[in-house]
This record gives sequence, structure tokens and C-alpha cells, in this order.
Amino acid sequence: MSQHMNNDEVRHTLSILVDNEPGVLARVIGLFSGRGYNIESLTVAGVDETKNLSRISIVTRGTPMVIEQVKAQLDRIVPVHMVRDLTQQGLHIERELALIKVVNKGEARIEALRIADTFRANTLDSTLESFVFEVTGSSSKISAFVELMRSLGHVEVSRTGVSAISRGLNVDMPIRTQNETKD
Amino acid sequence: MTKTSQPKSHASKADSSNDLAVTGADAVLRVLEDLGVEVIFGYPGGAVLPIYDALFKRNSIRHILVRHEQAAVHAAEGYARSTGKVGVVLVTSGPGATNAVTGLTDALMDSIPILCLTGQVPTHLIGNDAFQEADTVGITRPCTKHNYLVKQAENLVPVLYEAFHVASSGRPGPVVVDLPKDIQFAEIDMGQVEPAKTKAVSRYRPVMTPDADAIRQAADMITSASRPIIYGGGGIINSGDEASEHLRELVALTGFPTTLTLMGLGVLPSEDKHFLGMLGMHGTYEANMSMYHCDVMLNVGARFDDRVTGLTSGFSPHSQKIHIDIDKSSINKNIRVDLGIVGDAGIALKMLVDEVKKRKAAIKKDALSEWWKKIEEWRAVRCLEYNQTGDIIKPQYAIHRLWQKCKDNDVYVTTEVGQHQMWAAQYFGFNAPKRWMTSGGLGTMGYGLPAAMGVQIGNPGKTVIDIAGEASFMMNMQELSTIAQYQLPVKIFIINNEWMGMVRQWQELIHGGRYSESYSASLPDFQKLADCFGMKGLVAKVTDDLDPVIDEMLGTDGPVLVDVRVAKEENCFPMIPSGATHNQMLLGPNDKAAKPVSEEGMVLV
Ligand SMILES: Cc1ncc(C[n+]2csc(CCOP(=O)(O)OP(=O)(O)O)c2C)c(N)n1
Repeated sequence: MSQHMNNDEVRHTLSILVDNEPGVLARVIGLFSGRGYNIESLTVAGVDETKNLSRISIVTRGTPMVIEQVKAQLDRIVPVHMVRDLTQQGLHIERELALIKVVNKGEARIEALRIADTFRANTLDSTLESFVFEVTGSSSKISAFVELMRSLGHVEVSRTGVSAISRGLNVDMPIRTQNETKD
Repeated sequence: MTKTSQPKSHASKADSSNDLAVTGADAVLRVLEDLGVEVIFGYPGGAVLPIYDALFKRNSIRHILVRHEQAAVHAAEGYARSTGKVGVVLVTSGPGATNAVTGLTDALMDSIPILCLTGQVPTHLIGNDAFQEADTVGITRPCTKHNYLVKQAENLVPVLYEAFHVASSGRPGPVVVDLPKDIQFAEIDMGQVEPAKTKAVSRYRPVMTPDADAIRQAADMITSASRPIIYGGGGIINSGDEASEHLRELVALTGFPTTLTLMGLGVLPSEDKHFLGMLGMHGTYEANMSMYHCDVMLNVGARFDDRVTGLTSGFSPHSQKIHIDIDKSSINKNIRVDLGIVGDAGIALKMLVDEVKKRKAAIKKDALSEWWKKIEEWRAVRCLEYNQTGDIIKPQYAIHRLWQKCKDNDVYVTTEVGQHQMWAAQYFGFNAPKRWMTSGGLGTMGYGLPAAMGVQIGNPGKTVIDIAGEASFMMNMQELSTIAQYQLPVKIFIINNEWMGMVRQWQELIHGGRYSESYSASLPDFQKLADCFGMKGLVAKVTDDLDPVIDEMLGTDGPVLVDVRVAKEENCFPMIPSGATHNQMLLGPNDKAAKPVSEEGMVLV
């Protein structure tokens, strides 16, 4: 009766608000590795200094039942304050930043610059035989850019992983405004 | 609030003018005293000497010196499970902490509230591979509900309060607090205790009260069922004694058949006519068949463990399922349910009883009596019947007799792990919660003896029996020394079949009778063993010995070690073979050829 479930794997982007304390990232990562969940991308940084909170963005993949599990398991971790499933909530923005170094000569350099321009990449560094570009955008845009660069020379890539937030005026994970007093 | 001072000046600082200033070690004990802790199970070592010194000086909390740190945790588990309080453990750094890991994992799997304090090398040495340093928070992260490393003295008191709160609230579990030695010497201002206490409960607030609409929906579902079943688990026991009372009320009110998990035994009296016995791999035929054929299942505080479900794809295929659990992650983990309700079992059951009362008229009496007729047919199979003939003691008979001689008294039973554990669950009846302590989730051999010590300390004057297998007993038998030291009148009832019986059974059923390394060779003479620890040793070799030996054991004031020589090759039935669904039980030895274990089943544990 209740056994029929959807076994297709889907990609979900989660935002997690955590206390910025030692070991918290290890707890989150350990949960994923210990229970065999996927992590496609993970980013973390402090977002609220007064409350000492960090925000983790995780892109994971799994069946709907597994995604529910992931969220419930994350929610059990003591320093986790909030778990939001941006994919489930609907409209949201996902961005990634990447630094791409391409080493090449001649015609390929001009082509690289032209492509960088169409991707609105910034040129952060150049030598006679190399560029470092900065690109922001969706993960697929960055992957596309990297692919093109690969055909134009030796390439090195550093990507930040996905950072995400919902659209519209809902503030899911408010941080303390400046005039709020300490409790 | 406090300052971490340099090691040398610590002692003098603590004696300074501020009389609210104490050492970290002293603060640990003051907090434990304030939390009502009566007993600590522990073992000393270099990194906890300041705390042992404070224990000596304050003399406010009883300390039980075990003989191995694993046993300290199991003893604390036994204490916690039988009293409903938090079990407290104190061990040293490095090997002390690593020895505790099995106990912590056991407590995590069975949701037992434990506060485990571990010593650590001083903060300035952490990370240096110092003597007896281990990454305790790293090692115990996956086997605790939460853990802490106290690196700043001002965090000590708040962390201790929060740790205790986390261990005991929501779904209970083990919490480790790692205490570097310099923190134990540091100066702590006890003037800040009150704010620390308030803060301790503010961060971790599990949902206790379930959604009232969901409870109403559950009441609608169960009262309109034709073939209902209640399936209760250890969560009911963890919630407190009222939860069992509410469950009993619900059962009486509805007349619904009820089964309990291994962890839930005692929630409903074993002789209640609605009780179908334990369910699962070695549960009763009637419990498993009713679970399979029901149309509405109400799960309260159980977790659809694989030992209960059998092959999940064939688990109770025709039922609507309701699951009440304090841990949201237990809902829809193994089995998809139709209605998940997050909340405390006791509160939920109370609300459910109230809602069911309003709908009492809706209960389908005719359908229910048809359902009971069906269940009686399954009961008539008498799946737990065994044949005791001749001189050789059947293990089932030994436990059955033990129960018959205990049943009018309030006894506490622990077990080790193996066949004897399942036979104890099948043939020993429990009338109240918190009387049955067994390692369910982890299945830890060596649990029962130290757990019995903890039970005895928490329940002085009560009869406490460890129903043991000879192999399991030997895993923590050093604790006989602890039992002797504190003259704990624990009764150790060894079902001695000279085999790691459960392993032998699986080898017989699944591995062609190749009994690889499962024989209990070179067993000691258990009577002499008892003797050398200064306790009574008894042996029952033939059927006629059994009753007098049990009588003597129960009639002895001090500890007793009983060696019951039982049939060596008895198997534990009924059984859901691994890889089978829960309606495909093997009822006895002759059943096995008909339903061989599938290849997929072989890989399962
Ligand atoms: C620490 C540990 N090691 C290994 C096992 C695997 N195991 C499960 S039951 C069992 C045999 C137990 O033998 P015994 O204590 O004599 O009990 P019996 O099954 O004979 O009643 C073993 C080895 C376990 N459960 N725990």
C-alpha cells in the first residue's frame, strides 16, 4: 500500500544554518559518509558574527525518501539550527564562482579571450602564455566554460561549490540586524 | 567569567579569596551533584586524576570501580535503563576512551542516556601525539548523540549542563565530554551556574507534543480498522512509566492485538490476553503473521528495524501505517508510512487515548472478533512449544523454569547476546517496563554482566539476573571482581551449550554445517571460577538439578554464578530466515529444508 515509492534520484540543494563551532563540519560530512549519502558540492562560511552562525550549502542527490532522511538526520545534529530544502521550496538562485587558469599560445589565446567575454568572465591575471579568469554562474555554466577552455590549452580549475538562496522576500535564515541588541 | 591559568598556578588560584572559585575538577562534581547524579561508573588514569582527587575529597557521589571501561558504560546503561536516570561514566584519556567506544555505540543504538566524561591531555599538547592522547571527539563523533571537547575553562560548566540535557531529552543517547587535564585544574567561577543552566536547555529543544490533527487522524484510522495491530517499542519505555500506562489503556480500550519489540518488552504484561509476544526474526508466529496481514498498523516508539521487518519489500503489504516517534529521522527511514507523527510516545499515547475514547463506537467489533479468530489460529500453532524429555536440559526449559520461579517477584533481567538472549525474550515474561535490559541494536556480547551490576546498583534489594551464554559471559567476566568488591548480589545464569550457539545455528542453516571457529573450547570450571572470586557457584547438569539450583540461586543473598549445562545443538525457533519476508517463518528444525535461505539472504547479517 504505502510501499510504492519513487526511486528516481533527484538533485536537491539544501541550506543549513549551524553554530560555528569546532567539529560541526565534520559532523555534517560524517553524516553523509557514514550513511552513504551523496555530496555533489558543499560550501561553508560564517554568516552571522554576533550569533556565531555559519551557513552550509549542500547539493545532494537521492530518491525522495533518501532526501527526506538526509534532512531529518541533519536536523538531529545538536549545533544545526535550521535545514531548508531550496529545491523543494521552489524558486531559488544557485551560484558558483570559479577561477580558471589556461596556458596557451597564439590563436588559442584570442579565442580564449573571446569566449571569456561571452561568459562575462573577468581576467584576473595574464602573462604572455596564460590567463586566469574568474567566472560566476550556475554550475552548468561553469562546467561549459571549463570544457571550452580545455580545448584551448592546459587548464587548472578551482571552484567554490554552490552557494544558494531563495528568491523573493522570504527571509528563511535571518541574521541579526545591526541595531538588534544582544540577548 | 573564568580564566584559564597556567598549570603551575592552578591549585593556588582555586584556593583564592573568591569562594565561588573552584577547580575545574571540583566544578565537574558540583555540577553532577546539582544534576542529582548518585553514582559514577569509572576507571582512573593520569588524565582524570584531578577528578578522582575531587571525588575523594568531596565524597558526595558514589564511584563504582569497574575492571574495564567497556563495562563502565554497560553498567551505566543498565543503571539508566532500569531507573530512567542518566548513567554517568568517567574514564581516562587514550585507552580509557577507546575502551568505552563499544559501550557508547551500544547506548547510541538502543537510545540510552549516558554522560561519559573522558580525560584528555592538556590543551597545549592536543595534536602532538602526546602520551595517551587519542582524538576522542573524532573517534566518538559517530557513536555519540553529541560530544564536546572543552578547550576553554569558561565553557566547562555550560557544556556539562548541556551535555546532560542532550543525553536525557528527546531521543536519549550517549554524550561524551572530553576534559583536558589543564581544564580540570583551571579556576572556575561557580557564580555563573544559573545562566549556564538556562542556556543549557535553550539550544536543543526536541519536539515533544505531537500535532493534534495528526493524532485525530491516527484515531480515525485505527478506529475504522478491520484488522488493526499495535506495535510498540523501546521508545515507550524511554518516555517514562506513564507511557506504558497509556499504552495499556489504549489496548484495554480498543481490544487491539499488540506486539512489542525486543526493546519494548514489559510495556504490556506478558500475560495480557492482547499480547501476541515479541515480533521479528525470533518473534512469535502470531505476532509476525498479524503484522503481515493487518490493515492498520500503529507503531509507537519502534523503528522498523531489519530484525523486525524481514525483507522490507514484502513487509505488511496491505496495511496503512502510522508511526509515532520522537526522532523524525526514524520515520520513513526503512518503511514508508502513511502517517508519521513526531513527538513523545507518552504524550502522543495520552492524546490518542482521549481521541479514541470519543470514537469508541466506531470500532468495528465484528471485524475485530473475526480478526482475533484468525490470530487465535496462528496462536494455536504454539510456535514456542519445545520438547523437554529425558535428562538433558533444554535451554528453553531452563529459562522457562527460571521465569516460573521469578514471576511473582519483581525481578530484573539482563542478557548477553545470542540464542540465550532470544530464548530469554521468548520464555521470560515481563510485567513492567524497565525490567529487561538487553543489547538490541548493537548486539554486544559481554553486555549483560556489567549491565546487571548497574541495574543492581540502581535497584538495591531487587533480584537481578544476567541470563548469559558461556561465550558472551567470558567477554567481560573480569567484572566478577567488581561484583565481588561491592558484594553485588547479581545472579549469573549461564545457559552453557559449549557453543557460540547463535553462530553455530547460522552455520548449520546457511553454511552447510561447517562449524568454523564457533566451539567454546577450554571453558573454565565455572563453579571454581565463582569460588576464586569468593562467590557461590552452582551447576545444573541434568533436568532434576534445575529446580533446586534455581531455588538455591534465588535464595542466596550474595552473588551466584550458575552453570546450566544445556542441550548443545538446540536451535532457536521460530525464525524469519534472512532474506525472507516476515510471513515466511521457520517454525522448527523440520521446516528448514522446505524454505532454503536465498542467495540475497546469505549476505544479510
Ligand atoms: C562482541 C561480539 N562479537 C561477536 C558477536 C557475534 N555473535 C553473535 S551471537 C554469538 C555467539 C554467542 O555465544 P554465547 O554467548 O555462548 O550464546 P549462545 O548463542 O550460545 O546462547 C556471536 C559470536 C557479537 N554479537 N558480539
